[in-house]
Formats: sequence, structure tokens, C-alpha cells
Amino acid sequence: MPTVTMTVNGTQRTGTVEGRTLLAEFLREHLGLTGTHVGCDTSQCGACVVHVDGSSVKSCTCLAVQADGAEITTIEGLANGADLHPMQEAFRDHHGLQCGFCTPGMVMSAIDLANRSPDPSEHEVREWLEGNLCRCTGYHNIVKAVQAGARAMGGGS
Amino acid sequence: MQDFNYHAPKSMDEALAALRGAEGAKLIAGGHSLLPVMKLNLAMPTDLVSLAGVPGLAEIADDGDSVTVGAMCTHAQVAASGVVQGRIPALAAMAEGIGDAQVRNAGTIGGSVAHNDPAADYPAACVALAATIVTDRREIAADDFFQGLFATALAEDEVITAVRFPAPDRAAYAKFANPASKYAVAGVMVAAGADGVRVAVTGASGDGVFRVAEMEAVLAGSFSAEAVAGIAVSSDGMLSDGAAGAEYRAHLVAVMAKRAVEACG
Amino acid sequence: MSGNGTGIGASVKRKEDARFLTGRGRYTDDINLPGQLYGYILRSGMAHAKIGTVHTEAAKAAPGVHAVFTGKDMEGVGGIPTGWLIHSKDGSPMVEPPHPALATDKVRYVGDCVAIVVAETKEQARAAAHLIDVEREELPAVASIEAAEAEGAPLVFDEAPGNVCYDWEVGDRAATDAAFADAAHVVSIDVVNNRLIPNAIEPRAAIANYDPATGDYTLYTTSQNPHLVRLLLGAFVLGLPEHKLRIVAPDVGGGFGSKIPHYAEEAILTWTAGKLGRPVKWTCERIDAFKSDTHGRDHISTAKLALDADGKFLGLHVSTRANLGAYLSTFATCVPTYLYGILFAGPYTTPAVYCEVKSFFTNTVPVDALRGAGRPEATYLLERLVDKAAVELGMDRVEIRRKNFIREFPYQTPVALQYDQGDYDATLDLALKAADWDGFEGRRAEAAARGKRRGIGISTFIEACGIAPSAVVGSLGARAGLYESGSVRVHPTGSVSVFTGTHSHGQGHETTFAQIVSDMLGVDFDAVDVVHGDSAKIPFGMGTYGSRSLAVGGTAIYLAVEKVIEKGKKIAAHLLEASAEDIEFKDGSFTVAGTDRSKSLGEVALTAYVPHNYPAGLEPGLEETAFYDPLNFTFPAGTHIAEVEVDPETGEVELVAVTGADDVGRIINPMIVDGQLHGGLAHGIGQALLEECRYQEDGQLETGSYLEYTMPRAADLPSFNINHNTTLCTHNPLGAKGVGEVGSIGVPPAVINAVIDALRPLGVNDISMPATSQRVWQAIQQAQG
Repeated sequence: MPTVTMTVNGTQRTGTVEGRTLLAEFLREHLGLTGTHVGCDTSQCGACVVHVDGSSVKSCTCLAVQADGAEITTIEGLANGADLHPMQEAFRDHHGLQCGFCTPGMVMSAIDLANRSPDPSEHEVREWLEGNLCRCTGYHNIVKAVQAGARAMGGGS
Repeated sequence: MQDFNYHAPKSMDEALAALRGAEGAKLIAGGHSLLPVMKLNLAMPTDLVSLAGVPGLAEIADDGDSVTVGAMCTHAQVAASGVVQGRIPALAAMAEGIGDAQVRNAGTIGGSVAHNDPAADYPAACVALAATIVTDRREIAADDFFQGLFATALAEDEVITAVRFPAPDRAAYAKFANPASKYAVAGVMVAAGADGVRVAVTGASGDGVFRVAEMEAVLAGSFSAEAVAGIAVSSDGMLSDGAAGAEYRAHLVAVMAKRAVEACG
Repeated sequence: MSGNGTGIGASVKRKEDARFLTGRGRYTDDINLPGQLYGYILRSGMAHAKIGTVHTEAAKAAPGVHAVFTGKDMEGVGGIPTGWLIHSKDGSPMVEPPHPALATDKVRYVGDCVAIVVAETKEQARAAAHLIDVEREELPAVASIEAAEAEGAPLVFDEAPGNVCYDWEVGDRAATDAAFADAAHVVSIDVVNNRLIPNAIEPRAAIANYDPATGDYTLYTTSQNPHLVRLLLGAFVLGLPEHKLRIVAPDVGGGFGSKIPHYAEEAILTWTAGKLGRPVKWTCERIDAFKSDTHGRDHISTAKLALDADGKFLGLHVSTRANLGAYLSTFATCVPTYLYGILFAGPYTTPAVYCEVKSFFTNTVPVDALRGAGRPEATYLLERLVDKAAVELGMDRVEIRRKNFIREFPYQTPVALQYDQGDYDATLDLALKAADWDGFEGRRAEAAARGKRRGIGISTFIEACGIAPSAVVGSLGARAGLYESGSVRVHPTGSVSVFTGTHSHGQGHETTFAQIVSDMLGVDFDAVDVVHGDSAKIPFGMGTYGSRSLAVGGTAIYLAVEKVIEKGKKIAAHLLEASAEDIEFKDGSFTVAGTDRSKSLGEVALTAYVPHNYPAGLEPGLEETAFYDPLNFTFPAGTHIAEVEVDPETGEVELVAVTGADDVGRIINPMIVDGQLHGGLAHGIGQALLEECRYQEDGQLETGSYLEYTMPRAADLPSFNINHNTTLCTHNPLGAKGVGEVGSIGVPPAVINAVIDALRPLGVNDISMPATSQRVWQAIQQAQG
């Protein structure tokens, strides 16, 4: 069985996996990082979005072996101690989450947008979030949160 | 998903050797076409050979009158490329409209072209722009490459290394997306350049990408939206599903063609 | 009610968010128990088949497999019960066929549970399941209402002739017929309420454990109502007493009604864990969720409205056929009856209303409550019909509504409800102004210049939420009470734990309820925590559905706090050497009236637990529980306005503006309330424009994944314009009504009325939900001939 090594939230992690082990499964089941959620099996819902080498990726559509040697950031790696990342803070301030299940993927996706576009328009945010489904919020407050979070990030994560 | 042996070759030779080494071996690039079908057990390869470690496949080169896009370039990379935006803005815009942001970050041009999903966008761009598919051993014209539903001219052990797009005088892509999957229901790329006017359609036909000769002929005479607007497309052979029946698809092809011509400016 | 920075009325940031935003929520699939095995449920791929022997030998011999169980193994275990007995017009009880957790003689829908495989890993369990060979004989299926009611249709159950479960009615048929006899105008409509798949983003999951040393069972499950699951699973299916069955619904990723029912998988898992003596975990894959989570809606109706010459409503007659699916899910039978038929007065004074509902079994996934549950179906029909009446009578769409509004309260409707309070003019006026209704024609013209057809639509509606009271619903067939419990434990040093029988899966109860308690007791917001979702911790509860949590659950907490204050007064009086009657409680202090002599809640709490100087005869401790059984439903109401632009070339509908003016009763946390409205609107808009569950004739699910079933995405929706006009509910002390379902109830007809308004100049007078681009294009083609 293949061995993979990757830097997860700043720490080097190694594990033995099957070829078919998905990155999402490796994070959740091997590393116990259950903040990354799995909501579908067709790469649509986006609850599983993490950053692989700085880009947002659906970890349910990525093999753990494909991420061998990569730098992974998950929702657990954003806050600095008790200080939330500005995007997390913006989601809290703008009530951009309800049940919380889509939230990790939403936040990780939003940070990727903010890294590319520091002051995104409402239209830009709505288009960017095509790969993230939320059933609770109607997206209204998520859009506000992403805009505010991007501005608070000031052009970088 | 059925388990498999995973290979991470560091050179094209190693990749080819791994591909030839097992009967059920398949290449994996970004995995965004392959992994979803493997999850459903619709594909059960014994071996997966990743191209990620093979050097030189993820570059975009400005050849002056054409742009060569490495097979491992992601859709996001193509969309953001200054070279592509400068030489073939329609291609950059098309790449920006593929799937969603995360799909664009991982999915590759090589994977999309090799998979030849009838609803994928790249086949329309390749055919309309008269692209050349470059493999480890030869070059194949897009017109000859796409051979119907999920079928291509590739040999079992052949690897796409790049796609070369001649820069057109003008081109645009208009897509009507399936509201659920966001795949093309009717995607039309119109291009005018050294190869004349080419109109290529994806998403609509069960046979995959196709050209619309009647539109091409009319546009060659008068490149205007009005000229193409009157041309009806037959619904024969069109895909039909809950989101779009054959007649509606045929209608959308005509509308998207008109809008693509309009967008050419 | 001080209304301070964290009190009632303040948009307090949520307590829940810290854990959800850092990935530290604890959802069922995040839980792993030592020694756990994984279960995989083999489901029927056929919609209707007789099953013979199920050959499990190969699966049992597969690597890692511990056990395989089929319906035969579970024989003798009780079936999955339903929670509401409906009687037909003729007084006969509904047909209530058995629902074995694992199919025995027949499978009845694609997704029906056939076997469970338990193995060391998920992959092993899944792989082994595909080695099971089920002997089966395919039977013809009925996958729609039309197919189920056809002459000579195949029967889903032999004991249900014509596939009818019941044929129910409400209202006075004779009076309604008489109203039509006198009418100047009669307007008719046929509508379909499209079938929806709920799609909470968290798939269902469960882990069951059995401790042979104590005989205790524990089930972690994705439920909106853990106590209800305990009741049904314990008493009806497995025959386990409550004290031996603990149900935990930890963080739950959205419910929308689909996590109300007690599901077969919960019974299978718990029973299997008992057999094996090891924890068994199961997580539903999305592809299976599509064919096993209960679906919603699915009605076909015909209705007519009688009006006098001035447009005053005289009578309403509704005939509905409803699809219940293959088995009776927990609240399946009451959704198209007591949550539907009784809504047909709407906000109008229609003096005679009659509604009949015939419900059918079909070879489809069981249908149950989905956000709004019955009330969206009623509101859609009524508001489409009122719009049609305005057009046919040449009346203004707003004026016809205004002409018929109820203005005197309490108001007794002809269909059983008594509205306690409301101001429908106020929400209508507010919405018209906020949406710039009067300026619409200018926007229509501007859109036309861009080649777009713009339309505006309105819906004025009421809801009935917080279903109650128990005695009444019991007389109508409910098999459970509909009260709620709340407990308030003031700890010795003055911090507070609140226990509620409701369950929060997105609604923010941990924040809202803490606001109420903090405000009432004058303790710091951070000193109050809310506990929910665990039958071992909560006295009892009915859970969260029907927009009931604040009005019913919040009131129970309110009453428990009042009891705490009453007891505190006795303790304070003793300490202050005064009479309890003279003690006033305000801002956390017990004060002797007219003096500055007081004791803080903290001092009183400490005294209660260290009762050295204590009133004689009074029990130590400061903890109170209240059970609240409401006297009536609550009646949120409002006006929704939608504006759309249609691209006539492609048929694409763009929703450009949505305005709501809502009366949801007392608002505890405006931020959370608006969030609930947004979510409901998105759900309603999804139904109107995007979502549709389709079955093929043979019962195969055509929309079985996100590739075919359109979920609303961010780019499908505009930002929402939300406005409030509040009247207070008169029969609960909070004045709360409910908000969770408002959007999904009110907005669908507004959207469709807007689409029709846009297309009317093209000759289109009707469009069905969802108004997909293809459907709109076809309607235009048809109208243009």
C-alpha cells in the first residue's frame, strides 16, 4: 500500500493508504481532521473543499496519493489560536452559516477567491461559489460574508 | 471505488512503461473526469498512471501565430494565462466557464480532451479553432481526433502532451449550461481565421462535438449574427433528457451560435 | 425584557459558530467508537418486485465481513410505524400497511432496504453487498399519482384497492356548493405541486452501539427529534424501554423535514449492533440519499373559486390527489391533510371552504414533511387561483387580495383554524413599497428595450405553525403529543444550563434560547449554555419541525425560568427577612419592593445549593422544568413579491428581485430570523424555478444525483429584500409565531405569478413549477402556435 507524506496545516503528516483513498478520507479518517465534510459523490456540493498548494480543490475528487508531497490547508488550519481567520470572522459577523455543514468548504473556497480578487463584487462571489452548495442560508449572508472577509484579508490570506 | 495500483512516473518513458505494464491501466491527470466515474464503478482500472510528475506538460507557450497548451495545464491556468488571453481570448473565456472554481483548479485540458465527454467544452474549442492534438508520438488534427461519444483517435498507450491552437482573427464561445450539472446543453464556438470560419458544437449531440457546415458557409460570406440567425439546426441525433429535449437543444444551438457570432464583435 | 446588547431583540453573534467555523462541529459521521464496524445497506434497484431467497453466502465469505442480515433475519421485529391516523370521509381508518425495516416478501421502491452487510471497513461492506444475490420477480410499478389511480393499476399493497390510503375531507361541502350556486363568477385552476428531494447537505448517518454488560443501546443519528426516534424505535420497532435506549442527535447538518422521520436504517443499525455486540456505523452516500431520504410535496389539484360581482370571495372548492410513496413515513399522512386542507382560508374571509384529499401509494420513495409541509402546497394553489381570478375579472392583483383580507381577530375560518392576530394590510403595504410595485411598468419597459420580458408577481399568505394543542391533534389522529419541554438549571455559582427538547440543526437555538434566559434572569449571555439533542440529558422533547421551536420550545423555557424566579423569590425573601410576595425580580436581583435591600441571583443560587440559612420546607437546588402545550397554532403571515426577467429566445428565467414583508411574531434575534427567511426563500425559489424530482414510468429515479437534480446555487438567486411588521402571538408569553418555513411557503406562487405576468403578452397564461428554461420556451412556442 502506498505511503503518502504531506504538510497538513503546517505539520508534516505521513500515512499508509490505499490507492483509492480519497484526500477527504485521508484527512477525516486517517488524520482525524473531521472539519472537512463530504456531502456528495459527484463533485458538486463543495463541502469537502481544502487548499492544495494554495488552490481550492474538492478533496473528494482527489486521491490522497495525488496529494503526496503537497501543502494542504483545511478549515482546522485557518485560525491562529483563538483568533479566527478574517474570513471565518466575516462568516460569523454576517451570519454566513447555519447548520455549519457546508461551511468549511465555503470558507476555504472563499479564501481562494479573496486571494485572487481582493474586493470581489456580489456577482463575482455568486459566480465563484458555483461549486459550493448551501441549503440553509439562501447564500444571502454568505455572499456578504465573503465580500467582507475578502476586504478584511486585504489582498492576502 | 475498486482499488488499483498507483504509479507516479517521473518521465514520459516511465509513464509509457507503466501504461503498457498492465492491461487495465489508465492515465490520470487532474482526475475530474475519471474519479467521478470510478466512484460509480463505471470505470475500474487496475492501475492508474499519474502524469503529474512528468516534466514539461504544464506549460503554455506563445508560438506567435499559435498557442501551445501543455496537457497538464488546468482550466484555471488557461483562463488566467496572459498568453491565452492575449492571443485567443475566447479560449481563456471558455476555460473560465468550465465547471466550477475547484474543478478549474484541478481539471486539465489533456484530461478533458482525452475523455471526450459529449458535454465538455474543450472539444468545441479544439474543433472550431482547428487545434492540433500533440501526443507522445504524433500530431492529430482536432477534426480527426474526436470520434464520437467518449471516443478519440488515441491509441491505448498514447499520451496527449499538448494542444496547439492557431490564433484566430476572431472567436467566441457561447454556452447554455445544464442547470444542475452545469455541463453544456449547447455550447457553440465560432472562429474565423486562417482555416476560414468554423462553427463547432458541444453538448447537444449524442455523437459529441460536431461542425455546422451550413453556418460556416453562410458566415464565410457574411460574418454577422443576422446571417446565422435564420439557420435552423435539425434535432435529429440531438441528445434528449429531462433538462433539454432534442428540439430545445437544436433551438439552443442556433441561439448560441448567433450569440457567439455577436460576441465576436 | 431588557433588550440589552445580548438580550431579546439583539442580533447576537451565534454561540454555535466558533465550533462550526473551525471545523470542530461534531456531526454523526465525525463520531467513531472503539471497535466499530461499518454497515452498508443493499437497496432495491427495482421499483416493485417479489423477492424470494436472498443468497448471502458469498457476501458472508467476503474479506472483512462480520455479518449479513436480511428481512428474514429481522422477522419478528416490529415494522416502522407512522405517526398519524387519518380517517376517510366515510369514517373508515386509512389503510396502514406494514413497513418492514428490511424488505421481506416484496420491495416497493428503488432504494427500499434489502440487506445490511457489516464489515471491518466501508469498502469491504460495499463490495460484499454486491455479492448478494436476490431472487426477484419484477412486478409492474406505479410511479406517479396518475399511474396509481388508473383503472386496473398494479397494486403497491393488496390491502389498498386503487392504491388509495385515504380519501379525506375538511370543510362544509354543502355550504361551499351553495356559495358556487350564488356566484357571479367562478374561476378554476389545475395545478401540480412538483415533487422535491430535500437534500440537506449533510447526508443521513447513524452509529449504533450495544453494551451487553448493561443492556443499554445508544444510537447516534442525524435526527431533528431524538426523543421521537426513541419513542418509535423503542416502543414500536425493537420493544426496548426508554431507559435502555439513548438517542443522540449531535450536530446535524440541516434537516428541512427530511430528518424528522424515524427511518428503517436506524432500526436496522440498532438491531444489528445488538446482535453483534459491537458498534456499527453507517453513512448514507448521496446517491443513496436521493432514493432514501423522504421526498416532499407531489400533489395534483383542481380548484375553483366563487366570487361575487365585486370580486369578493364566496367559496373555495379544492380537490387534491397526493402521493405518499411506497410506505407511510412518520408524518406522511398528516402533511397533505391537517397541514394542508386547513390552510385554505389563507388571509381571506372566504366564508365557505371545502377541501378533499385522496392520497395514494406509489412505488416511489416515501413522501413526508419538507420545509413548509402541506402549507406551501396550499398557498401555491390559493395564490395562483387568486391571481387567475384577478385576471379573469379584470381586477387589480393587489386590490382583489385587499378586498378579501381578514381584518377582525380572532377569526374563525371555515376550515377549523382560529387566527388569533394579524395585520395583513400592513405587510402588504410594506412589501409593495419596498418592492416599488408602482414603479414596475417602467422597469418592464426598460427590460423590453433589452429584449427581455419582465414580470412581477405577488403572494399574500398565512401559515399555521407550532402545530397544537395535543388534545385537539390527538382527536384528529396524531399518535404523539405536540408539547415541548424546557429545563433551566441555575448552577451554584450562577451560571445556567438550559435543556430543550427541540433540536437545532442550523436554527441557532443555542444562541436564541440563551438570549431569552440571559435576558430574563439578568445573567451574562456567556454564562448560559443550551443543551439539546440527547435523550439522556433532556427530560423529553418533540424536536424541531413546523417552525415550532421558539413558539413552543422557547415558551417551555420561558415558563421554566418563571418557575426558577418564583423559587428564587422564596429564597431571597428568607435571606432578606421579607415576604416572598414583596420580592421583585429585575436585572438579576431580588429586591424587597420599595427598598434597596436585594440579593443577586448568584447569592440566591449559592444559597439554594448550600442551604444553611434556608426557608423551612423548601427543597434545595435551583432547577425547574416546564412542559408547554400550546393552546393554538401560531399564524405567521406576510406578502412576498418576485420580479423576473425572461429571455424569450432561450426561455431562461432570471430572478431579479425578491421582496418579503413578514410578520413572524416576536423576534428574539433579528440576524437569525432574517437568515431563516433567506433560507426558506431559497428553498421556495428552488421549487418554483429549479427543483423537480422525476421518476420514469418503471419507477427508476431519473433525477438521482446533483447532475440531474438542480439545487439552487448562489448565482441563481438575488440578494433578498426583507422587511418586518410584527404583531404578537396572543397565546404564548413570548408573542412568538415562527419563521423557519416562511420563505418556502410564501414565495413559490409569487415567482410563478411573476413568470406568467412576464409571459402573458406572449399569450402564455399558465406555467408549471419548476419554470425551467425548457418549460418556459415550450410554453412560448405553444402560445405562439
